[in-house]
Amino acid sequence: MATTELSTPAPSMASGTISRPTISSWTKFRQRYLAQYLSIAPFYILFLIFGLFPIAFAGYLAFQNWDGIAPMEYVGLNQFQYLVTDALFYESIVNTLIIWVISTIPMLALALVLAFMLNQSLRGKSIYRIAFFIPNVTSIVAIAIVFGSIFGNQFGLLNAFLQWAGADQVGWLTSDWGIKVAIASMVIWRWTGYNAIIYLAGLQAIPDDLYDAAKVDGAGTWNLFRDITIPLLRPVILFTVITSTIGGLQIFTESQILLNDSSGGPGNAGLTMVLYLYDQAFVQNQFGYGAAIGWGIFVVVIVFSLLNWRILNRAAD
Amino acid sequence: MNRLTTGKVLFHVALLIGVIVSVFPFYWLVVMATGNESDIYAYPPRLIPGTNLMDNIQTVRDAVDLPMAFLNTVIVSVLTTALTLFFASLAGFTFAKFAFPGRGPLFVILLLTLALPSQLGTVPSFVIMSRLEWVGTLQALIVPGVAGAFGIFWMRQYSMGAIPNDLVDAGRVDGCNYWQLYTNVALPLLRPALAFLGIFTFITTWNDYFWPLIVLVNPEVMTLQVALSQLNGVYNTDYAAVMAGTLISTIPLVIIFILGARHIIGNIAAGALKG
Repeated sequence: MATTELSTPAPSMASGTISRPTISSWTKFRQRYLAQYLSIAPFYILFLIFGLFPIAFAGYLAFQNWDGIAPMEYVGLNQFQYLVTDALFYESIVNTLIIWVISTIPMLALALVLAFMLNQSLRGKSIYRIAFFIPNVTSIVAIAIVFGSIFGNQFGLLNAFLQWAGADQVGWLTSDWGIKVAIASMVIWRWTGYNAIIYLAGLQAIPDDLYDAAKVDGAGTWNLFRDITIPLLRPVILFTVITSTIGGLQIFTESQILLNDSSGGPGNAGLTMVLYLYDQAFVQNQFGYGAAIGWGIFVVVIVFSLLNWRILNRAAD
Repeated sequence: MNRLTTGKVLFHVALLIGVIVSVFPFYWLVVMATGNESDIYAYPPRLIPGTNLMDNIQTVRDAVDLPMAFLNTVIVSVLTTALTLFFASLAGFTFAKFAFPGRGPLFVILLLTLALPSQLGTVPSFVIMSRLEWVGTLQALIVPGVAGAFGIFWMRQYSMGAIPNDLVDAGRVDGCNYWQLYTNVALPLLRPALAFLGIFTFITTWNDYFWPLIVLVNPEVMTLQVALSQLNGVYNTDYAAVMAGTLISTIPLVIIFILGARHIIGNIAAGALKG
């Protein structure tokens, strides 16, 4: 099979496979294919060392008790037994999911509306696109520092505004919901424009005739949006929901910088799954338990990806 | 065509509100970074930039070695970007244009690795780094990611469409060896894809925080994001200084993005639609 393939740059793809007399010697093989294998080797070598090996090692570590210095101690399933009864771990899952829901839903809805407006052959589209995209290139550390001063309890901009408006101030960074809203608002700010740009590209792929025909039938803007835009955009929406889920379940920096704390602030309200992993492994030096939490996160991510998939497929029917 | 209807005016108003929300945090960052400490605690808050930027920068420099963090970040970002562009374009070109035994399965493996969650390997990766005695060094940030699957996938997709088979054949006939085919035929045609991947990699590397925070345990070797986090943690009494540091670390990226916006925005959407 393989020996009938040409090593010359893919003429076989354009003009069908041309057979050549096979000389099955190692030298010949090396002459033909060595350069190809060398070209792609770096990825596989680095993946084995820094990708696959750590995952296998994570399986081993989760059965050990280890502070990173003293010799490892085999503890069997103890770490996992502790994990499934660890109230803080469950709290971190719940927190992550709440933050994910209150950030993803407004973010994707807003992005869709922005994209729909941008698609209306407006002037200045490229300027709008740049302005909406800029938050996405800003580091989360920087964003969390700036948002910290907007949501600050005593001298924050938002509370100053509430005071000016005659409303009660909110303890954003001390109350359970305040913390979650502040974290979610950072996610929304950073990712709405990114998702809008993706939706815009999807919208531009929808033929104008469809809209024109509907307009002739007397459809208003809302009807166009509901009956043409949303259904035709479904695959793109699916893509953004999946990427937002993957990103949302990994939230870490927003909380860690905003609250200046690896335990999620007052009442652990900002404790996310990855923050808990960081805290246990690298602040408390519980490497074995950290590895077990890594497996816990892995399971949660898989469960929610599957759930996502099912819900979206059902919605499609 | 571009008649301004009531509907369009409303859209512009709504979009402009969106622009203000997008840009306001940057403006607020400038206001805070140029103010002084008492401004931060003032009511009503001061909403226009002040004149204190240089003093604030000096305070930052007394607290953390910002020039060194800046230099480290530039080194890591530039090297990671350059190596990623090289490995990704070479491997992508190979996958797209050359036949070799195992090409299909090897590419499927590469795609599957994109689905692996990175947190799972965090703790053991740190242990590996400490065995290699790379903890606290910049190569711990650079080496693991330089031949990333995403870049190779991207370059392969682009190579398939952008590099005509005839041209590669012609190069062969002219006596080009593999390396010359890559440098003389592939690279010039891959330039737009390289621009996107380069800007994307640079920005991602510059902003990376989780892994540098874990592996850069040594205060003498920090990147900007780690330095900022430390500044925010230790020095949170002088908010104006923290903001000045944040401003300095944010400006280069905003400039790079605006210069390269043309390359990056269209390609991000194109990548998403393909995937």
